[in-house]
Amino acid sequence: MNNNIITLHYDIDGTNFTIAGQASSNIKKVLKQLGVDPAIIRRTAISMYEGEINTVIHGKGGVADIYISPDQIRIVFTDHGPGIADIEKAMQEGFSTASAEARELGFGAGMGLPNMKKYADALNIESTPGEGTTVELIINIHS
Amino acid sequence: MTLLEMAGQLQLKTIHCTEEGVSVTGCYIGDLLSLVMSRAQEGQAWLTVQTNINIIAVAVLTGVSCVIVTEGMEIPEETAQKAAEQGVSLFHSEKPSYQLACELVALL
Ligand SMILES: Nc1ncnc2c1ncn2[C@@H]1O[C@H](COP(=O)(O)OP(=O)(O)OP(=O)(O)O)[C@@H](O)[C@H]1O
Ligand SMILES: [Mg+2]
Repeated sequence: MNNNIITLHYDIDGTNFTIAGQASSNIKKVLKQLGVDPAIIRRTAISMYEGEINTVIHGKGGVADIYISPDQIRIVFTDHGPGIADIEKAMQEGFSTASAEARELGFGAGMGLPNMKKYADALNIESTPGEGTTVELIINIHS
Repeated sequence: MTLLEMAGQLQLKTIHCTEEGVSVTGCYIGDLLSLVMSRAQEGQAWLTVQTNINIIAVAVLTGVSCVIVTEGMEIPEETAQKAAEQGVSLFHSEKPSYQLACELVALL
């Protein structure tokens, strides 16, 4: 299948809260062009947006790598921010450490990771406090 | 009901209106973006007091029929520009979200 994989790479600027969403909007367009089912596009775009925003507001910026094969969409966010001490707690609805600045913009409901879990078929988080976080999202194209 | 009919009936100020044919199927009120991402349904009009540029991304990703900024909150130029660029219909109202929602639902 390796010859059938489309890979995309995005740098996610950690200094500007108000330009996030670019990568997810782009992916939405790419998937549309590939003729992917609209319901799958919606789930991918929403979970990717949440990941992108987290990379900005918590991870202080990073990268997103996207691999699209005929069977699945795999998105990996990598940052070198503060990391997550307690992943289980971070996954709970309503848990948030978002800054006052981020909250003013409407972030900080503590629903991003729960949304990612709800909309993706798999969510894997690896994190080391003080070193950074890697978040992997997998969305199956043929369920 | 179409966006144009809705805007007319509710006396909304049009910042950007994309497609004349788009119909409004319902209404969702919310100011926390992740909650909106989780709950808003395609076709609904999204009522919010948030005005920063991220609302346009949320509108694109959720597929709401339009965004209505309520309570007379001032819409920054970059948000208006982004709406036009992304083809998101954006309206403005002086009314509170709840009042506007009641008026909207009565029209549907
Ligand atoms: N990349 C990251 N680096 C460090 N901490 C993170 C990262 N992603 C998530 N977290 C931690 O997990 C918490 C929960 O994340 P989640 O996305 O669910 O909520 P939120 O971002 O705080 O608010 P919302 O997504 O609703 O706007 C965050 O508040 C933060 O403490
Ligand atoms: Mg989040």
